[in-house]
Amino acid sequence: MQIKKRETLNTDILIIGGGTAGCYAALTIAEKSGYSVLIAEKANIKRSGCLAAGVNAINAYIVEGRKPEDYVDYAKKDADGIVREDLLLTMSEGLNRVTEKMEKLGLVILKDENGKYVARGNRNIKINGENIKPILADAVKALPDCTILNRVNITDFYVENNTICGAYGFSIDETEENGEKSGTAYLIKAKKVLCATGGAAGLYRPNNPGFSRHKMWYPPFNTGAGYAMGINAGAEMTTFEMRFIALRCKDTIAPTGTIAQGVGAKQVNSKGEIYETKYGLTTSQRVYGTVMENIEGRGPCYLRTEGISKAQDESLKKAYLNMAPSQTLKWIESGKNPSEQNVEIEGTEPYVVGGHTASGYWVDTERRTTIHNLFAAGDVAGGCPQKYVTGAMVEGEIAAETMVKELDAQKVSETTEDKKVNNENDVVCGIDKAFDEKVNEYNRILNNKDCVYTTEQLEDAMQKVMDAYAGGIGSHYQFNEKQLELAKEKIKKLQELAENVSADDCHELMFAYELKERLTVCLTLIEHLKARKETRWHSFDENLDYPEKSDEWLKYVNSKKVDGEIKIITRQLVGRGESYEHNN
Amino acid sequence: MSIIIDKEKCRKCGKCTQVCPGSLIKKDEDGKAFIKYPKDCWGCCSCIKECQFDAIGLYLGADIGGMGSSMTVKSRDHFLDWNIHKTDGSTETIIIDKKESNKY
Repeated sequence: MQIKKRETLNTDILIIGGGTAGCYAALTIAEKSGYSVLIAEKANIKRSGCLAAGVNAINAYIVEGRKPEDYVDYAKKDADGIVREDLLLTMSEGLNRVTEKMEKLGLVILKDENGKYVARGNRNIKINGENIKPILADAVKALPDCTILNRVNITDFYVENNTICGAYGFSIDETEENGEKSGTAYLIKAKKVLCATGGAAGLYRPNNPGFSRHKMWYPPFNTGAGYAMGINAGAEMTTFEMRFIALRCKDTIAPTGTIAQGVGAKQVNSKGEIYETKYGLTTSQRVYGTVMENIEGRGPCYLRTEGISKAQDESLKKAYLNMAPSQTLKWIESGKNPSEQNVEIEGTEPYVVGGHTASGYWVDTERRTTIHNLFAAGDVAGGCPQKYVTGAMVEGEIAAETMVKELDAQKVSETTEDKKVNNENDVVCGIDKAFDEKVNEYNRILNNKDCVYTTEQLEDAMQKVMDAYAGGIGSHYQFNEKQLELAKEKIKKLQELAENVSADDCHELMFAYELKERLTVCLTLIEHLKARKETRWHSFDENLDYPEKSDEWLKYVNSKKVDGEIKIITRQLVGRGESYEHNN
Repeated sequence: MSIIIDKEKCRKCGKCTQVCPGSLIKKDEDGKAFIKYPKDCWGCCSCIKECQFDAIGLYLGADIGGMGSSMTVKSRDHFLDWNIHKTDGSTETIIIDKKESNKY
């Protein structure tokens, strides 16, 4: 099987990834302009990305009596200072706006008798979010100037003189003509590109490494494509070392917040002692406490649900059906409701995800990356943790507004200077030649008969290396410098082997690229873990050679690939009221 | 984590093959749906909600405590009827009103 068909498409704006941020950006562009938009999505926008199963609550909202600044304070405290306050504030200011928009589109939000949203704690509101993604996708499908390319996997940006001109990839489906199958490659030329591909799962050995290996917290289909494409194109990245580890229900890896906040369940150890207060209440401290209780022989750990009411049992089972149905199935199969058995909890494998921690593209206040005409929003964008669903939407909105503003300005300058430059001519670069080479690369993998290791074997090997030497579940999330050196050496060897994998069809070709993306993300992650010589966040970044926190490290650890090697750059914190511009 | 597709009930509409966020479901030579990569299933239930013929069920792998039950969903007006089919032949149903918000 070979890729024989090629399609070249032109658009004003290309959005890579039709998840939460990408879809919301498309809506904003259509509202503010008539520019053409093309969304390239490797699955189908109806249920792709983080929202496939639904979401239980809006977790980032400014409830009555609170201000956006309070949200910034909360996120800054949780990340112990390593955040971009400009990004957090602009995100926080838009949270309620996007929520109202989602309600208009059909999202069910709980209201009191006065028509006000009912708060769950200080930052959350209650919804029925089972169908939040189909609602968003339907709105995008109805847009007049928006083309949706489902099942097209983008593998590379084309960047020349640090300016992006487009991207290429392939369809995961084959077509058949005269009994012969062929794949299709895509070259998409664009004036502006928004990267909204999400974060990276599957870097580390997961909680359930066997049959249920994909029963994980983060979407297993988010493989770090956007990070990898950016890294390889020389974009600056930030704070990968602030990994995210979720505290979840054991086995099903379902959320714990709904139980903790919904019925007020405390974290207890096997002796029944409440331990959460002993270690602190930030996100990383809650994970760390659970790890330590287990190490010290007081595991397993639980959320104490025994004794809750029958009505609470029923509400919990319903709530989980709207976001993590396997947990409800587990309760029913076990024959015991949460009121009859505490819910065992564990930490997940570490992820790189900018929607919860601060890892991702280094962007300016208006969400421009360091590559000209390339923007980032959602989980792929760094510096702005705890953005969750609504924050990802706001980032999509901000990036969309910046792209529209720049395209408008470009149009004005073209008119005043009386020279009409069309997109084709703008792209004087070698994009077509590079496309030829890329298609050859795809076909090399499709025709490869000499491969020794399968994609799956190399993925297992990568996860084992990361687990043992870069702070996975098996090493209690801890590591030292010697281990990181070993991890780097081994991941580099796996990268060489990954150059020689084979694929029988275009879907397997996607698997091959997903493996390469993950390995690229792993290497950058290892360099970041090595660079921050302190332990600021237990479990998330626990360096046993530097077990203490140091004020010297109140700065960002950024990185950029230069001549094939990851170069570390440290930058001073961007504080409240400041805005940040790139100076390249 | 995975799903089981009842070939008898499958009507070859192909909707599940399109909606899966991992594109893991394909059509066999007869045009009926099958999960090609069962270990790669996330358990999101997108396919189960999409199937109008009650042909797809979610089950828990034995490695995460599964006991052999499966769960299907039927859409009816603004309700989702989640049916848990147990190994003793009984079925437990939980009805979700899509117009109703979560309590928690």
